[in-house]
Amino acid sequence: MSNKMSHHRSNIEQVRHSLKKRHRQEKRFILLGKLSVLTGFLFLAFLLTDIGIKAWPAFQQHWIQLDVTFDAQILDVEAPADEAALKKGNYRGVLKKSLYAMFPDVSARRDKKALFKLISSGAEYQVRDILLADPRKLGTTQQIWVLADDDVERFLKEPALRESQQSDRRIKDNQVAWLDQLSGQGRIESQWNWAFLTSGDSREPEQAGIAGALRGTMLTILVTLAMSFPLGLAAAVYLEEFAPQNRWTDLIEINVNNLAAVPSIVFGLLGLAVFISFFGVPRSAPLVGGMVLTLMTLPTIIIASRASLKSVPPSIRDAALALGASKVQTVFQHVVPLAMPGILTGTIIGMAQALGETAPLLMIGMVAFIVDIPQGITDSATVLPVQIYLWADSPERAFMAKTSAAIIVLLLFLVTMNLLAVVLRKRFERKW
Amino acid sequence: MTQVIEAPDIHQAIKQTVGSPFTHKPKISTRNVDVFYDDKQAIFDVSLDIGSHEVIALIGPSGCGKSTYLRCFNRMNDTIQSCRVTGEFRLEEEDIYARGMDPVLLRARIGMVFQKPNPFPKSIYDNVAYGPKLHGLASNRAELDEIVVSSLQKAGLYEEVKDRLNASGTGLSGGQQQRLCIARTIAVSPEVILMDEPASALDPIATATIEELIDELRQNYTIVIVTHSMQQAARVSQRTAYFHLGKLVEVGDTNQIFTNPQHQLTENYITGRFG
Repeated sequence: MSNKMSHHRSNIEQVRHSLKKRHRQEKRFILLGKLSVLTGFLFLAFLLTDIGIKAWPAFQQHWIQLDVTFDAQILDVEAPADEAALKKGNYRGVLKKSLYAMFPDVSARRDKKALFKLISSGAEYQVRDILLADPRKLGTTQQIWVLADDDVERFLKEPALRESQQSDRRIKDNQVAWLDQLSGQGRIESQWNWAFLTSGDSREPEQAGIAGALRGTMLTILVTLAMSFPLGLAAAVYLEEFAPQNRWTDLIEINVNNLAAVPSIVFGLLGLAVFISFFGVPRSAPLVGGMVLTLMTLPTIIIASRASLKSVPPSIRDAALALGASKVQTVFQHVVPLAMPGILTGTIIGMAQALGETAPLLMIGMVAFIVDIPQGITDSATVLPVQIYLWADSPERAFMAKTSAAIIVLLLFLVTMNLLAVVLRKRFERKW
Repeated sequence: MTQVIEAPDIHQAIKQTVGSPFTHKPKISTRNVDVFYDDKQAIFDVSLDIGSHEVIALIGPSGCGKSTYLRCFNRMNDTIQSCRVTGEFRLEEEDIYARGMDPVLLRARIGMVFQKPNPFPKSIYDNVAYGPKLHGLASNRAELDEIVVSSLQKAGLYEEVKDRLNASGTGLSGGQQQRLCIARTIAVSPEVILMDEPASALDPIATATIEELIDELRQNYTIVIVTHSMQQAARVSQRTAYFHLGKLVEVGDTNQIFTNPQHQLTENYITGRFG
């Protein structure tokens, strides 16, 4: 008996001894977990701050006010009613004249060129549009705000440049003096850059906007969603609920899983070979982009939907079947609605993947430089990630800010989509 | 687990069903039923009649095949791919497993209540109304309302839920959920109700309510109930069938089975030697 007691006690001792170790393990793991979360959070904060700071200049734009005289002679327009002539007019000459009038001291050819470089090369179209909108202005003098050149832009946004050596910056000392003069007259103004969100791409950073890529992304994602959701759902429901369990369905299952792991650029090649070369779908367009992204997203949607269908308790199927519901009624009136939150989550994950995809779209020509905002799914277009890639590749310094700004737009797009997914999930979710 | 008879001996011991498996004018008759899961045989040569308006209890130790057998009546085993049923099942002379028999129609005539209450995650009203809507039993809303109310009344649930018919069926207590499932089954007006251990997940009070309900339902329906509890079988059934390792050992009047079992295995089971 006493032997048993002592044995008993030593057992407790043993447990107590190991207890310390176990508690230590637990504490260590919790600390590790907290550190991991913190690290992730820090990286995210760092990334967002960095992008935010870099993107800020892209949302600001400087404008220069000029007194433009719509001189019929320089413009080479005879009558205000002649629209073709108005379109062809020499607006560059009008702008030059207005600038030279403001700085009468500038006479050397090289200086005149430098002076004209202060304003954006897109200014002449801006001025043209004003006259086209109201041809009665022909012959009058108007005060017009035109965009500053991107080098001027950068000089005004980065005070440090002023202190640097003339040879280290693109704005020379005489230009600085002119800018100071303009600024003194209140002819330089900084404004929120709405054009970034409303205009298409451009070779000139000060005119480049995100609207084309944004519209392209929306159209592409719509095509992807419209194709991949019904296809994926139907495939998942069939495989999970109706298909017999045999070697063929096993083979299909393995292949669906394999497809999910295929590098996305391969889908791009497939799209190029099949959709564009064989079926003749217009290249560079959201339609073919959406088709390629559908190929890429389908496995994700199928796998997630199947998992979600599988998690619906069999008792619900039994209940419906035992009441005399047919297989199709059971599946579509009970199982699919209950699996909907999971199916939607899978779809949104697939869409988010598709949204951030660049590689397959490069293969099908969505990397082209496209200024026009696409109006339909067969117009040439590009998408946000490809636009980011294109801008990141451009040599002009101002495109750096544009790149970051485009990333912010892409992230906002993603966050909006995810919020939508959360709302949808909440609506479909049922309490058990 | 005393006096366990080894499996080969048991198959020797159950050569033929003892007692009275056949009745005059049965509601359902089954003959020489074998059920296989792939190569594994779960039911061996079972022949049994279910009389009209009787409650028959199927009892036996776990894994004896009583639930498998029960699920053959409304062809729920069709949903299990590996399951194969041979032998004869007749519902009033109609072959249940005939090619022309639509399982949808069959299940409208033979309802089923499951072990775990499984209401749909919908309102109480919709739970009961689902079957009638499915089969077009009500031509308008008023008729549907009537079916729902009378089914809930027959299941003894109406008084408890009449103020919250639009509340979720899954929010009820376990016993109420099971009565909701019974109401749902009754709403289709079946001729036979199969019950697969309907009270095994419930507390004693809810169990008593369900048992009273079964006794009332006998007026209008034929009931086949699988149960683990011998007391329950004794309380609710008129006839009892004892299954062992996939074989029907003994069938008889419930009184006789529990007071004077003919077969050694039946006696061992009801006296608690194994189970």
